[in-house]
Amino acid sequence: MKHEEKTHSVGYTVYIFVWLALVVLTSVTVVVAGVQLHQLAVAVAILIASVKSYLVMSYFMHLKYEPPLFKLMVAMLLVTFAIFIGLTFTDIIFRY
Amino acid sequence: MSNHSHAIVAHKHPSDFVGAKIGMWLFLFTEVLLFGGLFILYGVYRAKYPQEFHLAAAELDTFIGAINTLFLLTSSLTVVLSIESLQRGKRKLALWMLAITILFGLGFMVNKYFEWTAKIHHGIYPGSPELLNHSGGEIVFYNLYYTMTGLHGLHVLIGMGILAGMFYFIARRPRQKESLDLEALEKIRGNSRLVVLADNGNELGTISNLDDDVCFVDVQIYYEHGKERLDPRNLIKLENSGLYWHLVDVIWIFLFPLFYLIT
Repeated sequence: MKHEEKTHSVGYTVYIFVWLALVVLTSVTVVVAGVQLHQLAVAVAILIASVKSYLVMSYFMHLKYEPPLFKLMVAMLLVTFAIFIGLTFTDIIFRY
Repeated sequence: MSNHSHAIVAHKHPSDFVGAKIGMWLFLFTEVLLFGGLFILYGVYRAKYPQEFHLAAAELDTFIGAINTLFLLTSSLTVVLSIESLQRGKRKLALWMLAITILFGLGFMVNKYFEWTAKIHHGIYPGSPELLNHSGGEIVFYNLYYTMTGLHGLHVLIGMGILAGMFYFIARRPRQKESLDLEALEKIRGNSRLVVLADNGNELGTISNLDDDVCFVDVQIYYEHGKERLDPRNLIKLENSGLYWHLVDVIWIFLFPLFYLIT
């Protein structure tokens, strides 16, 4: 029976709109890089990259349409990675 | 009694598609942590040498970086369109989309080649005498640049190889293999012929000279291409290959601003 699981069909247009959004966000991040934002530059660049990754993972990688288990797994990965970053930078800050 | 016969029915093998996808995601997690470690290294050194990173990043060609970003984003679209087409049974369209995806990957690597050779031509590569004249922060920046974009480029190459393999799987004739080992044969000894049946009961072929010397029987059935003949296993393989390709895209989405844009 398992080989007859239904696969969710999203439709070509949804993908093309997501692609358009990704291209627009790429242009935004290039234009914003030309503006002097000083401290904020890194934060803005990472924020835009995160939005782009969210779009790729939700739609292109189908995460939006997968069972909750997949979302939980990705959430666990992100939390793990956040802990790595947090602990590393806590160490760096108190060292220098 | 010479009409005794035994039938093999060509049946579909069951497979666990959700399990296959979970496996692929778990593998992708190891990739995320591999690159994640390097991103943390980048973050730490960037915090230590903000001025040097600023200067060194200005030396990278933003235009080539942006073009490569568009190449990977568009190839992500085409691979997803390929999966969608195969789901709808449009095999030829799926193959075209795969070919375009591989071409974008190739375009990305060609750009990378020109980018790297230009830098190497200027004497900027890890351990070069020219680079050693630069400040410590710039040396770290370029070492990270070569390591991270190099590892990423390797992933693009592997992804292209995987997609080329998928192209072959989808382009080749659908086939099915059935095997009877000695144990299975013992049960049907004495029958004069072996009949191969399709799912719908159609007789596909007969093996008549099944004497005692036969120790195994392999039946390979090749079909014409057709919507009902699309191997569902190709779909999950293509989806997992697509996941890999998208992850390579996601990594580049972060590499591009961190190396080319933050100047």
